[in-house]
Amino acid sequence: MDNTWQTQTRRVAFGVRKRVLELTLKNNGCYLSQTLSSADVLATLYTKALNLGPSEAPYMPTLHPGVPGENGIEAGYGATYNGPRGPENDRLLISPAHYAVAIYATLAETGRLSPEAFYSFNTDGSTVEMIGAEHSPGFELTTGSFGQAVSQAGGIAFAKRLRGESGRCVVFMSDGELEEGQTWEGLQCLAHYKMDNVIVIVDVNGMQCDGATADMMNVEPINTRIEAFGCKAVVVDAHDVEAIDAAINETEHAGQPLVILCYSNSSEGIPLLDHRKPKLHYVRFGSAEETAQYQDFLDNWTFEEA
Amino acid sequence: MEMVSNPHAHNIVAFAKDRPDVVVLSGDLTVATECHKFREAYPERFFGMGMAEQNMLSWAGGMAREGLKPFIHTFSVFLYRRPYDQLQMSVAYPNLPVRLVGFLPGLDTPGGVTHQSIEDIAALRPIPNMTIFEAGDATDIESLLDLTDDIPGPVYLRMLRGEVPRLFDADKPTRFNTARVLSEGSDITLITSGRCTEEAMRATSVIRQRGVSIKHLHVTTLKPFTDPVVLEALGAPGFGIITMENHVRIGGLGGAVAEMMTDHGVGKRLVRIGIDDTYCSGATLAYLMRKHEIDALALVHRVEEMISERLNISEDDLAAARIDDVKSRSTEQLEAL
Repeated sequence: MDNTWQTQTRRVAFGVRKRVLELTLKNNGCYLSQTLSSADVLATLYTKALNLGPSEAPYMPTLHPGVPGENGIEAGYGATYNGPRGPENDRLLISPAHYAVAIYATLAETGRLSPEAFYSFNTDGSTVEMIGAEHSPGFELTTGSFGQAVSQAGGIAFAKRLRGESGRCVVFMSDGELEEGQTWEGLQCLAHYKMDNVIVIVDVNGMQCDGATADMMNVEPINTRIEAFGCKAVVVDAHDVEAIDAAINETEHAGQPLVILCYSNSSEGIPLLDHRKPKLHYVRFGSAEETAQYQDFLDNWTFEEA
Repeated sequence: MEMVSNPHAHNIVAFAKDRPDVVVLSGDLTVATECHKFREAYPERFFGMGMAEQNMLSWAGGMAREGLKPFIHTFSVFLYRRPYDQLQMSVAYPNLPVRLVGFLPGLDTPGGVTHQSIEDIAALRPIPNMTIFEAGDATDIESLLDLTDDIPGPVYLRMLRGEVPRLFDADKPTRFNTARVLSEGSDITLITSGRCTEEAMRATSVIRQRGVSIKHLHVTTLKPFTDPVVLEALGAPGFGIITMENHVRIGGLGGAVAEMMTDHGVGKRLVRIGIDDTYCSGATLAYLMRKHEIDALALVHRVEEMISERLNISEDDLAAARIDDVKSRSTEQLEAL
């Protein structure tokens, strides 16, 4: 068996896709396409590209302990699943909270979260919520209202810089969030303060709730827009784990924030979904026949080495 | 009456001296929001954030997550109107110690509708984890930053700038969730906040001379609103309760008092003096307070209505009171009234 990191990472990504398809069938509905487009990026972040460290959270999370405030959980609790907040650790900050199921699946595939907890997704009393917030596994921020993570990462990274810490702040965000004005305020500020300890990774799947981004609210050309704001922009294939890792760890961007645009396919791994593009925001199956078709696909879906 | 120049500008420098975790973020209004002396004293802890309030609110949240205490300085309207979602999701939900230092409360600006935060308290009071203070004089201003030390979550400070009266003894700092009793009386309980306290004091001295007994409370903590001093005062008056604030009548001090009365079954008459359900224009503070009936004369009229009696108080009487009464008395006398 091929045991290179590339194969192991792709195996994690495969497991993520498979788990979420399984959940989509079980619940008849899930954020499946977001998982398909981002699985390789997330697997690379958790297994190779970042310095996260082991989870500090319970493998089986408790029921929701209460929102932050008096007698509630601490801010940023969910990040304990990503590892310690040491000065040298990287911080992974999830921006599009609708990708929660993909985050939970990645945590499950990398041994940070129990499979039972993953399957408690969107059940009453669980922190494994449909749209995660900072009490949910893997989430340091509350970002279901889009476009706020880049700015928050700026504040965190700024404090880390004041303390002379080497760890980076890595934001995972979606291309739809480029439509939010605050994203550009955040990039403007990151560039102004020359925040080269911030890396923003964008899943450019070209889809949003109502349809194709190009038709709903065009955000292209993203790379030149971002460069014009004073950031370093790099374009990679979102399904090439080696290219993703290299973009994160080998791109020269001293004095500039780095933005990595990962162009992705929102049906990657499940060609059956192709015909439904660009309406893939929340995938449900419309008939018993269709459900059986996907069940059959799942039952026969095996990992293929590259 | 003593006037104090730029009390906040000096106070935040003193406050931050032994608190290295305090940082200031400015929304391109550094002199206008009196954080320029902080910038001079601690340039390494001062950060200009430009005109980008949504980013500024979330950025401050990020800093607060890392153990800093960001004091955001801008006009009040820019702290909650545009970045309301950022305030809630990046700051209030995670209960982070971000301090929102907001200037130009209510009608305190000729800047008109875009600059007048007439509904800020109503907008911020329902936000969970939020604490709200409003300054009414220099002593309030010099007390409030210290009070934030013990508050783990976000705090909104409704601030005054420039020449600010000192109504209360500088040696008697404002206390958390505790109203100041400015006078004792049994006919009417008067509860005021912010700019309106000075205005009310001009009227109460004259009203008292006409034989009406007023219990006057100055409120600085608008959330939480659980002060036993206030609750006790609600049950006392023979005629009723009047609230007076530089804010719309809905959802501010008057609203909070009404809620407290409902919650405790207080069956008294309540008159809420505040801006009626309208936006306002740009003009001087005195003109606007008269126009929107939140000045001393308006208080006289509401008292007359409440007791069904004419008091024959003229504008000249009130103007004279401003000089003879407020200015000449020591703050100790005022407190004891």
